[in-house]
Amino acid sequence: MSLRTLPLLFLNLGGEMLYILDQRLRAQSIPGEKARKVMNDIITTMFNKKFMEELFKPQELYSKKALRTVYDRLAHASIMRLNQASMDKLYDLMTMAFKYQVLLCPRPKDILLVTFNHLDAIKDFIQDAPGILNQVDETFRQLIDTYCGLSAGEFQLIRQTLLVFFQDMHIRVSIFLKDKVQNSNGRFVLPISGPVPWGTEVPGLIRMFNHSGNEVKRTEFTTDGNYVTPQREGSFELYGDRVLKLGTNMYSVSRPVETHMSGSSKNLASHAKENRVPNLLAKEELNFLARLLGGLEVKKPAGSETGFRLNLFTTDEEEEHAALTRPEELSYKVINIEATQEPGRQAELSRILGELEVTEPRPASGEKGEDLLALMDAL
Amino acid sequence: AAWCVLPSRVLLVLTSQKGIQMYESDGSIMVYWHALDVGEHPPAQAVFARGIAAAGGHFICVGTSSGSVLVFDIPPKGTNVTVSEVLEEHRDAITDIASELGQAPAGAGDVVTADDAGTLCVWSSGEEFTLLSKILAFGCSCSSVKLWQGIVAAGYGNGQIRLYEAASGVLRAEVNAHARWIYALDLAPQTGKV
Repeated sequence: MSLRTLPLLFLNLGGEMLYILDQRLRAQSIPGEKARKVMNDIITTMFNKKFMEELFKPQELYSKKALRTVYDRLAHASIMRLNQASMDKLYDLMTMAFKYQVLLCPRPKDILLVTFNHLDAIKDFIQDAPGILNQVDETFRQLIDTYCGLSAGEFQLIRQTLLVFFQDMHIRVSIFLKDKVQNSNGRFVLPISGPVPWGTEVPGLIRMFNHSGNEVKRTEFTTDGNYVTPQREGSFELYGDRVLKLGTNMYSVSRPVETHMSGSSKNLASHAKENRVPNLLAKEELNFLARLLGGLEVKKPAGSETGFRLNLFTTDEEEEHAALTRPEELSYKVINIEATQEPGRQAELSRILGELEVTEPRPASGEKGEDLLALMDAL
Repeated sequence: AAWCVLPSRVLLVLTSQKGIQMYESDGSIMVYWHALDVGEHPPAQAVFARGIAAAGGHFICVGTSSGSVLVFDIPPKGTNVTVSEVLEEHRDAITDIASELGQAPAGAGDVVTADDAGTLCVWSSGEEFTLLSKILAFGCSCSSVKLWQGIVAAGYGNGQIRLYEAASGVLRAEVNAHARWIYALDLAPQTGKV
């Protein structure tokens, strides 16, 4: 399995999370200032330099549990709070959306274009904060450096590693069901029309050659599909038209997104097995990344910033109901670990984070200058 | 994983990220275990074995992610399997290996190896394997390969199937068969259908 998959998994899932949060913040009419602060805080935490450095080191993919904890911490990196039910729904939506994108990628290398689509959208979210923009651009460049030289075979391996991670996840998402890209059994629909991948010919032609290599005959055959040649290749540069639509924001305020829990997974057995893994194992897997994100005390700014709770459902009652009726096998059972217990580690991390001041223009609301420490949340 | 049918015995060969295992045909005992040498690979590159074929009556060939092909000499009975040769013609991870499924015409070779870059090598098996021809890549990964009556059938990542003459490496046919990456090819030896 590829050792270079984690950055792609993390950034794409993070991108999907931001799309969903953005939609919910607007649907719930959270005031602009607060909404922007939440988005900026989460994006700043996501693209933290040390964090990115650790992320890009060649390593195996985390387990589902460990990754879920990382996103839990990330979602709580600001003044926003999410109930367990909402967090579960958020994570379900994120993972199914990215699974869809990986499955439907025409060529394995297009997974990189999907990642770039997410990053382009993230840059749009933080247009008014040049400091964070720099961090995102840095990560962009690191992606280009790490991945643009890989061969198609290596991308195929990355794609397979990702698909193994998403195996047996068949949660139905209403926006996918409505658009008929997902069946009622949770499986995705693979299209047999549209442009073929870049570098592929439209199926149907057979050419025959003789001993000297000259073409001597052509025949054609028909296929059920309705394929066309693609117009152009997506851009792999820092800026450019990606061409591919996968990875762009498919949510809008008027399209609330629901997930259907009942009967969504035929393989409940495998889910149940995963959740019976002893806590010990999960603790060990919760490594540097998750600890980086969640281990420190937050310095609440003196301004009038009050926290608020975001609901991924349309009403509070719905959220409560979802929490009660979520099938046992599909609950994530997040384990909260107090990483603050290790004083040595904490001192080191505090020192590193203390050095990472982001200077940005003081916003008009007169908040105290934000340390990156203030962006890390204690759970 | 593949069943390797040799005149003297049938072995089940499994490849993984750690190495290669060979079992008796009833799965009863592990006949041989070969650990992959991680040191051979640059850091950050995945390590695995991929591509299995039986050839030349008593050889089993297995490909690795570094591009080398391990040739094992299999005794008719027992566990005394040895590494007879390591073929180092490929620079990219091996994707598939195939041996002749029918009757090869003279000089056509009996083993073909394929890699991630799309390069194909045709070999003649023996105490020392001989490289008969090398078919250069055209920019696409070759994911699957079969050999029959001296014809190499290769499936590529861009959905094409190409047929080459094994002895000379000349392209004889090109089929724009699929709209996506071809994962596997299979060949019916008695009819020659792919």
